[in-house]
Amino acid sequence: MTDLPNTPARIERPSAIAFLGYAAAVVILVWSFTGAGFSVEKVMSSPPRFADFLDRAFPPNLEPRTLERLSWKMLETLQIALAGAALGVVLSLPVALLAARGLIAGAWVNQIVRTILGFIRAVPDIAWALIFVVAVGLGPFAGMLAIMIDTVGFCGRFFADDMEAVDKGPAEALTATGARKLDVVACATVPAAMPAFVSTSLYATEKAVRSSTILGLVGAGGIGIELKVGFDLFDYPSAMTVIGMIAIVVIGIEQLSGWARTKIIGEQR
Amino acid sequence: MYKPAAAVQPVGTGAAEAPVLPVDVRVTGLSKTFGEVPIFQEISFGLSRGEAVALVGANGTGKSTLLRCLMGLIPADAGKVDVLGTDVTTANSRALRAMRGQIGLVSQKHNLVPRLSVLSNVVQGLLGQQSGLRHWSQSFAPAASREAAMEALERVGLAHLAARRADRLSGGQSQRVAIARALVGQPKVLIADEPTASLDPAAGEDIMDLFFGLAKDEGVTVVFISHNITHALRYGDRVLGLAGGKMPLDARANSLSEADLRGLYD
Repeated sequence: MTDLPNTPARIERPSAIAFLGYAAAVVILVWSFTGAGFSVEKVMSSPPRFADFLDRAFPPNLEPRTLERLSWKMLETLQIALAGAALGVVLSLPVALLAARGLIAGAWVNQIVRTILGFIRAVPDIAWALIFVVAVGLGPFAGMLAIMIDTVGFCGRFFADDMEAVDKGPAEALTATGARKLDVVACATVPAAMPAFVSTSLYATEKAVRSSTILGLVGAGGIGIELKVGFDLFDYPSAMTVIGMIAIVVIGIEQLSGWARTKIIGEQR
Repeated sequence: MYKPAAAVQPVGTGAAEAPVLPVDVRVTGLSKTFGEVPIFQEISFGLSRGEAVALVGANGTGKSTLLRCLMGLIPADAGKVDVLGTDVTTANSRALRAMRGQIGLVSQKHNLVPRLSVLSNVVQGLLGQQSGLRHWSQSFAPAASREAAMEALERVGLAHLAARRADRLSGGQSQRVAIARALVGQPKVLIADEPTASLDPAAGEDIMDLFFGLAKDEGVTVVFISHNITHALRYGDRVLGLAGGKMPLDARANSLSEADLRGLYD
């Protein structure tokens, strides 16, 4: 077997800059683990404590009165998630039209709207819930507003990216007929991006359901408050029931969302 | 560099010259450069009403760019383009839209909106003339627009597929719908950029026969790009050839042979 000239090496030697980059990444990781209080000793000593918790939490509290109370709270959680996500998705479309480059707004508007959307995403949903609790008071309405704004931050950005990524052919064909920009966007860009919109919206709904389960921790409605009370009062069986209900509902919503995605989008994605 | 054969009859010097017709498109000294790369320099030609003109030339000679400059879809660097009385190089967006509303474009790819019905796609061909929500979908369209769209579909033989989604059509059917969309607004000028490039030869022949049959029936001015020399000579009254950034060929099709056009690709 002869060695052919210019055969690339199996493993390329990193450049000095690449080597420094890898070394910096390792240092940052070690620094992060230290800051996070990573302790092998604590990991090793945790199984007995975890087993003790499970011993005290099982069996979960399945008393009919508890189940009824928690079910109503779970229903409220779903209502918060669905209402907030729906409103957020609807509001995301005009926001995304302003954020998408080369559609209807100029570069400055695109940049400003994208920066605002970045800020919305940077603030965690629980922080939005705290803000809305201050603004509109305790209860599910604050939670719904928190979910709504969180969804706008998420869908606004992804809807805009989806519209920028569609095939430009149909839009050019309509531009060539003399159609206005708004007509072109409504007739070519939005329909072409619709499968991606549906997929993103369903994912946003799943995310909203997951988020809404913890908003109760700060008084923004939903089942989260029951979880907090369960742990605060060392009523671990009830807390375990809440965790079980959340898991069942979130997994159920994810399954439903997957089924809806296939039904609505079909074989296109 | 392309050298026309001696027998080629340049436009304007023929003994059997066609009667003088109004000029729909007049291009004067048009130049276009992408970055540092010159595409074409100081191109000039005119298109008379009802004329079918083939635009030929090797890849990268700027044929598609030239057609896009005609419609104002991309700006020219220098020169003047007058289409149906509108100076495309200086017109504002309103005037450009009004001009485009009188032009039909058929591209290599059909460029239909995939998730919409065939009828909605054809109705949207009227957006240049009647902007707004009512022409976004056939569901909202005025009765006259729906009727015009159905007539256009009937002319391309696809009225029976009006309700079908555009992404459920074959390539040939899609291109027929694109022709219906281009014709629905009764354009005065039709521009076709390799309309059969994505089709098999048989479907390509069908589309060309249909396209030029309809264009002749309507008395529409047509300019089309084709790499098929036979098509250029069969369907064009006149042939324009681009090579080396210039337009060395502008001659009557009946004075040209296939060998004359092959010279453009050397």
